[in-house]
Amino acid sequence: MNPLDFLADLLNPDLAFLPKALAVAVMSAVVCGVVGTHVVLRGMSFIGDAVAHAVFPGLAVAFVLSGNLVLGGTAAGVLTAVFVAIFSQNRRLKEDSIIGVFFVAAFALGIVVISQAPGYAGSLQQFLFGSITGIPDSDLYVVAGTGLLVLAALFALHKEFVTISLDRESARAMGVKVFWLDLILYILITLAVVISVQTIGNILVLALLITPAATARLLTDRLQLMMLLAPAIGGCSALIGLYLSWSWDLPTGGTIVLVLTAVFLLAWFCAPHNGLIAQARRRPPSGPLPAPKTAHFEEFEE
Amino acid sequence: MSVSDPGLDVRGLSVELGGRPVLTGVDLAVEPGELVGLLGPNGAGKTTLLRAILGLLPPAAGSVHVAGKPGKPGRTPIGYVPQRHDFAFDFPISVVNAVATGLTGKLGPLRRLGAADWEAVADALDRVRMAELADRPIGQISGGQRQRVLVARALALRPSVLLLDEPFTGMDLPTQELLAALFADLAQEGRAVLLTTHDIGSALCSCDRIALLNRSVVATGTPGDLADDPEPWMATFAVGPGSALLRMLKAV
Repeated sequence: MNPLDFLADLLNPDLAFLPKALAVAVMSAVVCGVVGTHVVLRGMSFIGDAVAHAVFPGLAVAFVLSGNLVLGGTAAGVLTAVFVAIFSQNRRLKEDSIIGVFFVAAFALGIVVISQAPGYAGSLQQFLFGSITGIPDSDLYVVAGTGLLVLAALFALHKEFVTISLDRESARAMGVKVFWLDLILYILITLAVVISVQTIGNILVLALLITPAATARLLTDRLQLMMLLAPAIGGCSALIGLYLSWSWDLPTGGTIVLVLTAVFLLAWFCAPHNGLIAQARRRPPSGPLPAPKTAHFEEFEE
Repeated sequence: MSVSDPGLDVRGLSVELGGRPVLTGVDLAVEPGELVGLLGPNGAGKTTLLRAILGLLPPAAGSVHVAGKPGKPGRTPIGYVPQRHDFAFDFPISVVNAVATGLTGKLGPLRRLGAADWEAVADALDRVRMAELADRPIGQISGGQRQRVLVARALALRPSVLLLDEPFTGMDLPTQELLAALFADLAQEGRAVLLTTHDIGSALCSCDRIALLNRSVVATGTPGDLADDPEPWMATFAVGPGSALLRMLKAV
C-alpha cells in the first residue's frame, strides 16, 4: 500500500478508528520519549519495566468494573511504588529484588482479575499486545490531557530532576526533596505508560519509553536536544509503524517496536560522532585500534 | 570559638547508623580562612561526619553549627564537593549548566535562574579557571577539570563553609598540587574549608591544621606539631612503631 492509500484510509469515515489510533499512538510515543529521557539517563530501565507491569492489575480491575483505565492503572502503579519503598527499608534485600518480587506479583494479580471478565482471552490479548480498534473518542481527550499534564510537570521540575540525576547526595544536602521528586517522576512514568498501553500493549510499552531516548542519546551530548529528538523519533516511528502494520496486516504494537529498533540500530551504526562508522572513519586505515577512552587518555586535554 | 561565630562548629557530635555508634563525641571547629584536613583510616567515620554536618544524618547527641546557625539541608550556606564517582559525568550536560545545578536547592521548585544567579555561576567558573570550557559537555573533560567543576558547583552558592570529600583521590601529583593550591586560596578568601583525604603527605603540605579521626577526634593541630608526635597517629591508624606511616611523618 502506498502512503497515499494510507492517507485515503485515514480520511475514510468507515475507518474512523484508524486516525484515532494514529493520534493516540503518536501522542503516547511523544510523551514516552520525553519521560524516557530521564529513565535512560538515570539508568532506571528496570524500573520502567516494573512500572509497565505494575499498572496491569489496575487496568484489569478498571476493565472488569468498566471504570476509567487511566485512573485504575495509575493507582496500581503508585500503590506498587509505595510497596517497593516500604519493603526496601529492610536492608538485607536490594531494591531491585524487591521490585522483581512486586512487579511480577502485580502482573499475576492482573491476570487473575482479568480472567473474571467475560471474553477473557480476547481482552487479555488486547491488553498485552495492544489494539488499534475500539478506542473511544473520550480516550483521545484523556490521552491528550494526561500527556500535556506529564509534559508540563517535567518542564516545571526540569531543574530538580537534572540536579538529582547528576548527584543525589548533593541534591539532598542542598535541600532538594529527593524522595518526593522520585515519587513524582515515578508517577509521571506511570501516566506515560498507562496512556500508551491501549495501542502498543503492556509488554511492548517499555520500548516506547527506552528506545527513542536511547537512540537520541547516541546522537547528541546536549540534554535539550535529546529531549526534542526522543519524542520526534518516537512519534515518527509510531506513524511509520502504524502505516506498515496497516499495509501488511501486522500487529501494530510489534511493528512500531520493530521500527523503533531499526532506527536505534541505524543511529548506533551511523551516529555522526559516536557511531560505529564515524569511529571507523577516524581510525587510520591500517593503524592500531584507538586507545581506550580512559581517564589517563583524557588527561592530555588539561 | 563561640556558637555565634561564623565558620563550622561541631560539638560533642555522636551519630548512629543502624543502631551502631559510628561517631562519638566529635569536637571539631573550622574557622573562616582555615583549611583543615580530616585524616583517618577506612571506616573511621569521615564520610559520616561530612554527612552529619550537611544535615543528612540526624545526630544522636551534640550539635552542628554552620555560620552560627544549626545545620539544615538547604538553609545553611554550605558548599559540598562529593567524591567524583558520586557524580554522573556521563550525563549530557555542559559544564556551565552542571555548575548551575548548585543553585537548585536555594531557588526551590518552579523558579528559574535569574541574572544574579548566572553571575554567581560565572564567578564560580572563573574562580576555578574553567570559564573557557563552560560550554564543553562534562563527559569530555579530564579528571582534574571534573574536580574543579564540582568545586565550582559548590561555590555557586557563595558558601562560607566548604566540605570536600577526598578531592585528591585518583589524581596525579601535579594535579593534586594545583587543587591543593586552589583549596588554600579558597580558605584564605575567608571560607572555612574542611577536606577528607587518604593522602597524608598532601594534607601535611597544604593544610593549616590536621584533625585525626577514628570514631572521634583523636588529635588536632598544625601539621608541624602533629608530625612530631607519633602517638596519636598510632592510635588513629592502629599501626605499630615500625610503620611506614611514621617514617613518612619524619620525612615531612
